[in-house]
Amino acid sequence: MEKKVLMKGNEAIAEAAIRAGCRHYFGYPITPQTEIAAYMAKRMPKIGGTFLQAESEIAAINMVYGVASAGLRVMTSSSSPGVSLKGEGLSYLAGADLPALVVNVQRGGPGLGGIQPSQSDYFQATRGAGHGDFHMIVLAPASVQEMAELTVKAFDLADKYRMTSMLLADGTMGQMMEPVALDDLKINPMPEKPWATTGTKMERKRNIINSLSLVPEELEQFNFARYEKYAEIERTEARAEEYRMEDAEIAVAAFGIASRVSRNAVDAAREMGIKVGLIRPITLWPFPVDPFKRSLSTVKKYISVELNMGQMIEDVRLATECRRPVTLCNRAGGMIPTPEQVLEAIKAAANGGEQ
Amino acid sequence: MVVFKKPHALSDVPLHYCPGCTHGIVHRLVAEVIDELGIEGKTIGIAPVGCSVMAYNYFECDMIEAAHGRAPAVATGVKRANPDNIVFTYQGDGDLASIGTAETVHSAARNENITVIFINNAIYGMTGGQMAPTSLPGQVTQTSPYGRDVNLCGYPVKICEMLAQLDGPEYLERVTVNNVKQIKNAKRAIKKAFQNQIDGKGFSLIEVISSCPTNWGMTPQAALKWIDEKMIPYYPLGVYKDRSAEKKEDEQ
Repeated sequence: MEKKVLMKGNEAIAEAAIRAGCRHYFGYPITPQTEIAAYMAKRMPKIGGTFLQAESEIAAINMVYGVASAGLRVMTSSSSPGVSLKGEGLSYLAGADLPALVVNVQRGGPGLGGIQPSQSDYFQATRGAGHGDFHMIVLAPASVQEMAELTVKAFDLADKYRMTSMLLADGTMGQMMEPVALDDLKINPMPEKPWATTGTKMERKRNIINSLSLVPEELEQFNFARYEKYAEIERTEARAEEYRMEDAEIAVAAFGIASRVSRNAVDAAREMGIKVGLIRPITLWPFPVDPFKRSLSTVKKYISVELNMGQMIEDVRLATECRRPVTLCNRAGGMIPTPEQVLEAIKAAANGGEQ
Repeated sequence: MVVFKKPHALSDVPLHYCPGCTHGIVHRLVAEVIDELGIEGKTIGIAPVGCSVMAYNYFECDMIEAAHGRAPAVATGVKRANPDNIVFTYQGDGDLASIGTAETVHSAARNENITVIFINNAIYGMTGGQMAPTSLPGQVTQTSPYGRDVNLCGYPVKICEMLAQLDGPEYLERVTVNNVKQIKNAKRAIKKAFQNQIDGKGFSLIEVISSCPTNWGMTPQAALKWIDEKMIPYYPLGVYKDRSAEKKEDEQ
């Protein structure tokens, strides 16, 4: 039998990162993700790694930029207001094609907001983390086990595509405890990074890590090349879980904690004879368009369940090309929808009414 | 006998700097020091945002271009990743003393084992001559057209004096490069700042009082004179902190 340990979601991220070979962590205290920093502060000195509490989120992301330039696995973690501060660094990481892991354990906003769970940074993560044309790979765990698994996956993808991966969790996922099977994590060796700035040793031409390009024709080509890479990622890396979708006439779309609430509601509705299923995006960028496209053969209505004012709903509409009605079932500001609320939304859809 | 040659660590390309600008001199001094210490193969340079933004094209060692003001944070990451690398940042006054003040102060406070070359020419050069954190009281710039009014926008930031209050940093010195004697002295200071890192002593910052004839609206010669007449009285040259020397004195 596999060995399982009881862990907080935040701790699972930290332990999985270490197992994935991350030996450098930089962060700044912010609720509700501070357990990651605390875990790293304890463990890193024991394994020859670096834990450094930076003077700011901005410094932390730039320290990440430094380690990433040196070709080593590196991460930072924060929560919503802190991730906004990291936006500059995220853009530079993208412009310099550097791999890194950034964790956002979201809380309600905007502004200082609150400290309760939220999914209101969906747009920031998938659309506009910083200035310029770029994407991050965005992974959305829905269990503590997935917090660990997707952390490992995030490092692999970041290295494979030389870009930032973001783990987009929320306060619930970070704080809740569940059994985790850490020994099952598949750890792949880190690829060679001949581009890294580790010193020429007088044996090769210098490497330059850079995002500046003053010739517009050249900068355009860099953008084109990056978007070719993004197109490949969209073709190959999108992931979702489909639950009871075989004959579904109503589909609930939800990620993270919202998907767990929705799963209960789907089960309850099925018991009432309503043909409803759940599509749970695991990658938010690239958004798993295929399961939604396929679902159009049976699904007549979609419900997007979110802990925000309706952000992923736009991707659901885009994925279904607005060919079916999509309604929003949501709470915001740190509130979580109940299974009853989602069930009511499903019943309303089944009865032909709008929510 | 070769009496003069380009340092190996300096790239063989035309520099983009304006005529009379002292960036070229400081670039050369850094490259000479890298050559003399034999560290080119393990050195990583961090370029800033500002006039020296393209410094990554001018040194033969591995180079990284950082976001505005963040070079010391990037250097921290590089150094922590590979402590055997020699890591230097090359930053101007807007970069180091305004937008990147926090990174400067805290890398100094941590005594991060890096070398910082700080070009203080009292102006934003790359963007066309705006008021810098180090612009002198009364100094006319594009954004202080009536002269820097200290009642309106405060006083210049004296980085060496400020950082000297911290327990962290190993070495802080202010030099200039407006004549041959000063250039030789600046090279000695820069070499010490790199040697300190090799010896594992920690954070060394060399502030180089530099000229910007273009944005000061002066001839190169007048700009070098202005350094003596206006800059140095406000920013006195000298060693502001030398922890190892202080320690030796304590022991005696």
